[in-house]
Amino acid sequence: MISLKINNIDVKGKEGDMILDVAKRYGIDIPHFCKNDRLERIGACRICVVEAKGQQKLIASCCTPIREGMEINTHSRRVMEARRTNMELLLANHDLNCVTCKKNLSCKLQRYAEEMMIDEITFSGDKRLYEVDHSSISIRRDNNKCILCGQCTRICNDIQTVNAIGIQNRGFHNKIAPPFGMNMHESACVNCGQCVIACPTGALTEKSDIQGVIDALRSDKFLIAQTAPSIRATLGECFGMPPGTPVTGKMVTALREAGFDKVFDTDLAADICIIEEATEFIKRFKENKDLPLITTCCPAWIKFGEQFFFEELHHMSSCRSPQAIMASLIKTYYAEKIGKKPEDIVLVDIMPCTAKKFEIKRPEFTGEADFVLTTVELGKLFKLLNVDFINLEESDFDNPLGESTGAAAIFGHTGGVMEAALRTAADWLTGEDLKEIDYKKIRSMDTLKEAELTIGGKQIKACVVHTLGEARRLLEQIRQGTCPYHFIEIMACYGGCIGGGGQPLPTDKERLIKRTKALIDEDEHKDIRKSHHNKSAIKLYKEYLGDFGGKKAHKLLHTEYYKRDYV
Amino acid sequence: MVQDLLLPILKHEQKKSGYISEAAIKRISIQTGIPVSRIFGVATFYSMFHTKPQGKNMIEVCHGPSCHLNGSFNVLKSLYKSLKIKPGETTKDKKFSLHTCSCIGCCDKGPAMLLNGKQYTLLDETKLKAIIKKCRS
Amino acid sequence: MRITVGLATCGISAGGIPVFETLKKELDCKVEKVGCIGMCHNEPIVTVSDDKTYIYGNVTKDNVDKIIRAVKDKKPCAELLIANDINELEFYKKQKRLVTENCGVINPLDLDQYKDAGGYSGLQNAVKLQPEQVIQNITDSGLRGRGGAGFPTGMKWKFISGKKGKKYLICNGDEGDPGAFMNRLVMESDPFKMIEGMTIGAYATGADEGIIYTRAEYPLAIQTLEIAIQTAYKENLLGKDILGKGFNFDLRIQKGAGAFVCGEETALINSIEGKRGSPRPRPPYPAEKGLYGKPTVVNNVGTWAHVATIMKMGAKEYAKIGTAKTKGTKVICLTGHIKRTGVIEVPIGTKLKEIIFDIGGGCPDGTKFKALLSGGPAGGCIPEDKLDTPLDFEPLQELGAIMGSGGLVVINDKSCMVDVAKYFMNFTQEESCGKCTPCREGTKRLLEMLQSITRGAGKPGDIEKIEKLSNFVRDNSLCGLGQNAPNPILSTLRYFRQEYDAHITDKACPAKACLDLVSYHITEHCKGCGNCEKHCPTKAITGKLKERFFIDQEKCIKCGVCFENCAFKAIEKR
Repeated sequence: MISLKINNIDVKGKEGDMILDVAKRYGIDIPHFCKNDRLERIGACRICVVEAKGQQKLIASCCTPIREGMEINTHSRRVMEARRTNMELLLANHDLNCVTCKKNLSCKLQRYAEEMMIDEITFSGDKRLYEVDHSSISIRRDNNKCILCGQCTRICNDIQTVNAIGIQNRGFHNKIAPPFGMNMHESACVNCGQCVIACPTGALTEKSDIQGVIDALRSDKFLIAQTAPSIRATLGECFGMPPGTPVTGKMVTALREAGFDKVFDTDLAADICIIEEATEFIKRFKENKDLPLITTCCPAWIKFGEQFFFEELHHMSSCRSPQAIMASLIKTYYAEKIGKKPEDIVLVDIMPCTAKKFEIKRPEFTGEADFVLTTVELGKLFKLLNVDFINLEESDFDNPLGESTGAAAIFGHTGGVMEAALRTAADWLTGEDLKEIDYKKIRSMDTLKEAELTIGGKQIKACVVHTLGEARRLLEQIRQGTCPYHFIEIMACYGGCIGGGGQPLPTDKERLIKRTKALIDEDEHKDIRKSHHNKSAIKLYKEYLGDFGGKKAHKLLHTEYYKRDYV
Repeated sequence: MVQDLLLPILKHEQKKSGYISEAAIKRISIQTGIPVSRIFGVATFYSMFHTKPQGKNMIEVCHGPSCHLNGSFNVLKSLYKSLKIKPGETTKDKKFSLHTCSCIGCCDKGPAMLLNGKQYTLLDETKLKAIIKKCRS
Repeated sequence: MRITVGLATCGISAGGIPVFETLKKELDCKVEKVGCIGMCHNEPIVTVSDDKTYIYGNVTKDNVDKIIRAVKDKKPCAELLIANDINELEFYKKQKRLVTENCGVINPLDLDQYKDAGGYSGLQNAVKLQPEQVIQNITDSGLRGRGGAGFPTGMKWKFISGKKGKKYLICNGDEGDPGAFMNRLVMESDPFKMIEGMTIGAYATGADEGIIYTRAEYPLAIQTLEIAIQTAYKENLLGKDILGKGFNFDLRIQKGAGAFVCGEETALINSIEGKRGSPRPRPPYPAEKGLYGKPTVVNNVGTWAHVATIMKMGAKEYAKIGTAKTKGTKVICLTGHIKRTGVIEVPIGTKLKEIIFDIGGGCPDGTKFKALLSGGPAGGCIPEDKLDTPLDFEPLQELGAIMGSGGLVVINDKSCMVDVAKYFMNFTQEESCGKCTPCREGTKRLLEMLQSITRGAGKPGDIEKIEKLSNFVRDNSLCGLGQNAPNPILSTLRYFRQEYDAHITDKACPAKACLDLVSYHITEHCKGCGNCEKHCPTKAITGKLKERFFIDQEKCIKCGVCFENCAFKAIEKR
């Protein structure tokens, strides 16, 4: 252990700990922009500088390791003055349109400016001016608000290995953008939105569909909402509730208050998705063909695969994502059932994810879902419509598309899809109703997790990865024929959907663990915890879809993938 | 460690084509596996790489302190007068590109410049006019 | 008889190649290319050695026939002769040439000549010792890194020698300081010396791979080094089992692509790895985690050359030169408003005024000395009354300057110090990598404020604002480039504040160098010849012949043509 003093308090830390992290453990918050615990420390923004006794220059606390006997002052006069000047320099090159900014009141730059009481910017001069990039379906890029902390590009390059955006030019003209002056739509961007949740300012935000939804709500159309598994574990945070507070019942009530005619649960579609995927897996496993099978719930991963690994697309499950399954069922089965034309129904998907905005615009899904709102957007919509979320009574989803199992609940976090699929596949392969259904090994936050089970002397090797960089490593193995697994779950976002690009900020590891726990709790409290025991789902097959993996099921619940060029 | 070959590869491309085109970057990306955005980031960082086509004649005015103290800004001014371009720009007829460069080692004979790699020293307006005229003909 | 022509970059740019070709064609004796002896102001230099040596300066293709005739007649050519021995010259009297001893003397590509001059005896001496003894020798010599902050070289080596596994040595030849080209001179004129130094370093530290990172703007240095490296490989002075002593060392060259910031060691490492040349935070230092994450020693060209010298002459002898804190000599580049520009080598501790006046000969054309800028764009301006200061790391730092890589730019009284500060700020601002906020945004704002002052748009309070922001950029930037960027401003504010005041309060440039604050006027000395009217490009001058002419200030673009062309000195700059 290393002993040192921070603000005259005796503190201790391990060798290699950074000053900023040690300070935080002792309740001292040091402002920072470029630090991200999942990324290498680059010491670029310099807002985290502190004063170390005996050192002439200020030091960046995010990337300076502690040393025995250090005496650190995190808020000395000199430090505060330096941070203030730093902020003024950043603001002198910022458009300062806070009131009309999407990040208004949730922007870190704004928060620090307020905390540091910056009431005047003493610098003026040239500003970097850029056109706002509206081209992407999912993400709005406004470089006029960028402070060049570089988190977005490092996430995109180092963690996701998408490399859609990069830092270019030099010095004052530095800019983060796709290459060759391309816009986001033309770039390799997979819409995962990990850059959006990393951005401390309004430079990268989700593309808003709130206005479209409001117009629909105020029209005479029939409004349906479906809510993805992870929303119920995160939406509360938009209203100041502690992370990991489950708000399923309130969410449903709120949606009804907002004017939705029906509120359905994407969880039901998740159960159906498992039934289809497990059917597909067992078939391939028995035939030992096209293994490993890779899950395809994540639209960012699908685009990633189509771009970078199109020759391995046959490994991808042809099963649609739960969102697309539900959309398909609503515009076919349910529309028929209530005797409405599909075009008279407006379906709004409540999703954790910016990539879902892209998914519903895929040509093969035309005419299905109409809008995607992210968790954050839904929170904003409720506030706009004066829905008193916190004090609402709880209510249940509508039927017939509202029943779900514990297996579907855990779709929202990394490993959940695989756990749900294994529960069903194991039952079907053994022909039993197994009691051991918890696959705890794949619930952690490690980016690569494995599970093995032996059925009838045969071993099934399953693997769960999240983040696209980890997925890329696995796909390289598949390409080279060295991949040892039979069944793989891939999620683009760190932590799975609870860490999606549309979730409330901040999304850090601590919060992700709490959100995960909320979903696992929901699973454990459900009477039915296996997808193939979902009564509504079974009924649906009997009434409408036919056999598991059958012809009609294929038509409505499956899809195709295409090779995509990328830059 | 393919990435450490990137600078030499880009340098070769710059020399061969006079600039590093979008197509070249895409080709290099396929050959090396280095993502396009990263190559573009490197190509736009170093001042010897140009991502836009350059003029037939490349003028690089020395920006070292000796040349500055001896009036390199006057050289730029004169060139602006006759070519109507500032450092970093190319004439409309694609005949000239103008850049500043760091010390070229003619400190005792400043202001100096390189024209297509050849040194010209003790520059004044008359001398520059003659040089430009010769290039044009 | 041996005739040599100085054909380093400076010799070539002065027209040395036709001189060399002519001599070779016309004379039936050994005519050789050598590097630069340091007297840039006398280039091209031709040395004729027979029983006696004759050094001829400013030889051009037009006057080389005089030398040819003299050689044929076996007589000296008095007209072009500058000395028989360089040590007769004022320029060399106070120099001590250790690292540059061979520069301009031997053929840089001839290994035998290098060896005859005592080359590779340093390596021979080193391999007789244990590696740790070599490091001890370097430590005992008191050698400090010649590139920047003067970190003890022995200590740096010791740090990585204890580490196991792959290690790298890097030679930092990315000499980007404007007005500094001593590394180029060493690389072009005596490449084996630094190769030898690095080989000694490889033996001492156990590193088996080295990289020389040099500016791509130095084609001749690169070419010279490439040939020298090939030769060293052939002679088993590089490669496997060097000198049969069981150690290996591979050496290659990596060229930069035009980024000053790559002179910073971590940026340089990024650049070698093919990335953008942005610095990384330190710690971890390269000695811990350097190239490809492996322990790496980065020393500059000068330092490596000093290593060979130390192992040749012995640490004790070397340590006798210099000051109490810093040993040895320093190679320096003398440029700007100085009579004898060139590259010199002096013992550390030599007084600045000896360098400027005794060696450099002071300012030319009757102008007066005003300031000395030491350390390039990261350095500071030193006024005349501080020229008693010895050349050494700490004393220069106390003055607000740095020794840096060793560029000294002399500034005369015709220059405006605000303009000088602006020039250097413009340089660092353009070369900032943009990674950290203070340097990216701060240098831009500093430059803008200086521009506004030199335009006459300065306001009271600007100086304090500049001072505050300069201190901020110095204290908060990520790397040395940003941390030292405000030095030219802070030092000129310290010693020449009145010039800033004059720009702001009186809207006047005391040196009459800032064009926006200068105007041209025709005085009563005008004879009415009309010459100025003819030269004026904007027709701003009008008048009747034989009467006093007049300049319309609205039309005048301050090009100064009238001023230069008036035969009666009747035009005044105000």
